[in-house]
Amino acid sequence: MAKPASSFSKSSHAFMAWIDKRLPVSSFWQAHMAGYYAPKNFNFWYYMGSLALFVLVIQILSGIFLTMHYKPSAEEAFASVEYIMRDVEWGWLIRYLHSTGASFFFILVYLHMFRSFLYGSHRAPRELLWIFGMLIYLALMAEAFMGYVLPWGQMSYWGAQVIINLFGAIASIGEPLTEWIRGDYFISDATLNRFFALHVIALPIALLGLVLLHLVALHENGSNNPDGIEIKANKDENGIPKDGIAFHPYYTVKDIFGVSMFLLIFAFVIFFWPEAGGLFLEHDNFLPANPLVTPEHIKPVWYFTPYYAILKAVPDKLMGVILMFAAVGILFFLPWLDRSPVKSVRYKGMWYKIMLALFAIAFVRLGMLGMSEGTPAQTIEMRVWTFVYFGFFVLLFFLSPRLKTKPVPERLTH
Amino acid sequence: MDKKSFSVIFSLVALLVITTPVFAAGAAALEHANVNIRDTAAIQRGAKLFVNYCLSCHSASYMRYNRLAEDLGLDEELVMENLVFADVKIGETMDIAMRPADAEAWLGAAPPDLSLISRSRGADWLYTYLLTFYQDASGGWNNQLLPNASMPHVLWQMQGIQKPVYATHDGVESIDHLVLAEPGLQSPEEYKDSMRDLATFAEYLGEPAKIKRKNVGVWVLMFMALFALLSYLLKAEYWRDVH
Repeated sequence: MAKPASSFSKSSHAFMAWIDKRLPVSSFWQAHMAGYYAPKNFNFWYYMGSLALFVLVIQILSGIFLTMHYKPSAEEAFASVEYIMRDVEWGWLIRYLHSTGASFFFILVYLHMFRSFLYGSHRAPRELLWIFGMLIYLALMAEAFMGYVLPWGQMSYWGAQVIINLFGAIASIGEPLTEWIRGDYFISDATLNRFFALHVIALPIALLGLVLLHLVALHENGSNNPDGIEIKANKDENGIPKDGIAFHPYYTVKDIFGVSMFLLIFAFVIFFWPEAGGLFLEHDNFLPANPLVTPEHIKPVWYFTPYYAILKAVPDKLMGVILMFAAVGILFFLPWLDRSPVKSVRYKGMWYKIMLALFAIAFVRLGMLGMSEGTPAQTIEMRVWTFVYFGFFVLLFFLSPRLKTKPVPERLTH
Repeated sequence: MDKKSFSVIFSLVALLVITTPVFAAGAAALEHANVNIRDTAAIQRGAKLFVNYCLSCHSASYMRYNRLAEDLGLDEELVMENLVFADVKIGETMDIAMRPADAEAWLGAAPPDLSLISRSRGADWLYTYLLTFYQDASGGWNNQLLPNASMPHVLWQMQGIQKPVYATHDGVESIDHLVLAEPGLQSPEEYKDSMRDLATFAEYLGEPAKIKRKNVGVWVLMFMALFALLSYLLKAEYWRDVH
């Protein structure tokens, strides 16, 4: 049995009691870690959330150190990045952590969202959890876009030019709106300065707040799982879900393993492939921004190209812009578009598997086409995949309540 | 069609769609320089060529001379004697005396800074560019990779003079290949080796930390692999009681 309490453990208990009287540390730990029960059958897809959080921390830390050396002025920005790459001790590592981190953030977020498509994690009662996730995604896109402008290379400059000009398509307020965003008649020092402010202060605060709300909403109902059933429907005599395991230690040690595998891949890219063949760091961005020379081929960074392809697929500029924003906006409605009686792809039947596979192919292919030069044949292909992209949501809405499903088990499978 | 063969065919078609290239084969084929960033001797030879032939018009204004000395294992005095011709100190950057406005007046366009040329264009591009200068019908210099560039063939004494051989394809006359009309101080093979040295130097110049990055990277990956193994064993130990 228990040994007699040592004086050390007695005093540490007294110390925790003193703390808990003033700050609810122990009860918080119990509610959200040691006594928080998660389904025991999480698979590969369930690493992405904690990894995205991990990358957010990497971005904030590396960003702080970049801010110490970066100069947010059109005259000095490009040179200050090269100063970081060459003269700052380990500056190249800090910069590659941040630039590679940005791309990996999107890879993780896309996989994290796809998990929801697979297992119906956005379905009731987790609609708000999904909405907060979508808001994080929007904030992340704004954060990444503004961050990409900061190195002040040719792609920073001309990419920003193209994206800001999209707002010019809006009738009557378009032009003044773009001027208001730029703070000038063209992309200039004023634009760079405000994007810096938004990138290092405003959007990170918004992101952190949204992540907090995302987590609070998650812990309210607990995680979904690959079977899409509620583990809280089956509790033992102590009120603990029979298919649940304590988040700590089981998922803390599992997520540490996830982090270690992630770091292996992440470190490989940072140390041996930081440009990722021009995907993570584009070749043209190693030329300083020059308002007088338009690059041959302007394209956004890879994580925006699926939407860029949808924009380019439409001949009319305003309609293209509307369709592009609709492609992101429709995701907000996913919890209500899927009306199937079951959540998980495992019990939805073949029809959903095919639709989802086509949707995934459409997204990846649009991403590739968005980087292309846009030959007539490629434009036709963009239209086909744009149709498939939106077709997924339309079919989901009309077919999901009608089509055959498989019986859902009462307890988790593997 | 049964489920299995359907999913096999479906996956194959998906794979085909995803892997179809989206870039037109418009870009000119480049010669492969096969630069090796660890070949310090090549970088040293390239640096010598660079300061002798390029640095009078092109700057490398993000590169410091003492960084060069440190990375290439050279004595700072040796660098001052052999590589620094301007009146500068060892800690300064590789700038040029020519002002951009003068350069534009004399050459038509200011010669670009070459600090990052290997990152925007690539070492292979630079290598091909330096191999494909030729003398056109007017007697002036031109380049096959970058037609009508304003840069003259600075290295012509080394390479000699190349002349174009034209061929007509589908009614369009274009350069088929270049022939060496007048030999230079180096044989074609020696000249290629020199240009490889110069491209290797450019590769280093674009990212001086690259050598250290790769060296450190090996240790980081080994550490991460060990960490992954230990964290897997830890996870497996805890999860033994989950059924």
